[in-house]
Amino acid sequence: MTAPKKKLKVATTSLAGCFGCHMSLLDIDERLFTLLEHIEFDRSPLTDIKEVSPDCDIGIIEGGLCNAENVHVLRDFRKNCKILIALGACAINGGLPAQRNHLPLTTILEEVYHTSPGVSNGMIPNDPELPLPLDQVHPIHEVVKIDYFIPGCPPSAEAIWKVLTDLLAGREPELGHGLMHYD
Amino acid sequence: MSHTFTLDGKTISFEEGQTIMQAATKAGVFIPHLCYHPEFKPHGSCKLCTVKVNGRQTASCTMRAIAGMVVESDTPEINDERRTLTQMLFVEGNHFCPSCEKSGNCQLQATAYHLGMMSPHFDHFFPDRPVDASHPEVLLDFNRCILCSLCVRASRDVDGKNVFALSGRGIDTHLIVNAKSGQLADTNFTLHDKAAQVCPVGVILKKREGFAVPIGERSYDKQPISATVEAKQEGY
Ligand code: SF4
Ligand code: SF4
Ligand code: FES
Repeated sequence: MTAPKKKLKVATTSLAGCFGCHMSLLDIDERLFTLLEHIEFDRSPLTDIKEVSPDCDIGIIEGGLCNAENVHVLRDFRKNCKILIALGACAINGGLPAQRNHLPLTTILEEVYHTSPGVSNGMIPNDPELPLPLDQVHPIHEVVKIDYFIPGCPPSAEAIWKVLTDLLAGREPELGHGLMHYD
Repeated sequence: MSHTFTLDGKTISFEEGQTIMQAATKAGVFIPHLCYHPEFKPHGSCKLCTVKVNGRQTASCTMRAIAGMVVESDTPEINDERRTLTQMLFVEGNHFCPSCEKSGNCQLQATAYHLGMMSPHFDHFFPDRPVDASHPEVLLDFNRCILCSLCVRASRDVDGKNVFALSGRGIDTHLIVNAKSGQLADTNFTLHDKAAQVCPVGVILKKREGFAVPIGERSYDKQPISATVEAKQEGY
């Protein structure tokens, strides 16, 4: 009798993302059961585990970097995961949040908390618990090394499934026509 | 003497004066390109169409075919360089495809798909390039301009209007509108100009038509960018 194969540990997180990529991951539907025969989820919004285990095999990152906490979480993932995957447009090029990049941060905060219609006596939040916003939103490959990318906004369930099953089978992941999308 | 050369080992015939790109396209062999358009004089600036001729790199859209030349195009080495050029185009501008009306019909995007570009690789410039929404019918979103000069050539050579020009040098090169105010509304540009039809990316866009064709049903969603050229192989 052979011992049951050790399951791969997969951690996931959403940084400056909208959880759309995680929703797309759930869209692999009943194939999640097949997936769970080979992997177990570590830190992830799906498990509510708060810290990445030091022996993670795969880390999946949705979203780019818009504040200091995002950078800490990303570095933590890089330190603890053998393979890091950037999932979706925001992780890959900053996406929608990065469209603020040509505006000075003070102007944005002023508008959101002081001058936009419907705001009166607004105050820019300054609780020390709040992570400090970065002056620009950045893709994650600009800060740590990323091993694989799954483009798309969000990537389709099929694209995510293809990359994960390629990796599990020890193949170099490849998205052909139809699965490769930036939109 | 027969008018043929080899392209990746395949024999391609050509007529005197044809470029490698023209002969290859006619023979149904796709060579990636962005600034080349069959109706215009080549510009030779994007270098996506780079091939090796007898071992030396050159732009296939400007290089005339010569009998007996040995041309390499679809090799891992050349495709790696093409992908790098494409990545540089992505980070130099602001390309947020999910919110771009051209997505799915865009030659830059489709070329990146063709080359298997999974990420932009480089650090983004995130340049500040305000849009020009002054014209009643057409929006100019300079964030996506790749400086291919097709609109410049179309407006000058077909429309006879000279509405567009490339200005500045090197990394400061940018597209300008030929009006004192710099605004498209202050030119005689119309939606029916050839220049309104040629932009390979999402800069020159018809207003009030956003997402009339849903994402997923656009030209390069249906078939890869190489398909139109390769379809010619059948009848060849
Ligand atoms: S112009 Fe093309 S590559 Fe650029 S954002 Fe639009 S669809 Fe994407
Ligand atoms: S606006 Fe379009 S056609 Fe004109 S130079 Fe820029 S990318 Fe080319
Ligand atoms: S297509 Fe030949 S240089 Fe651009």
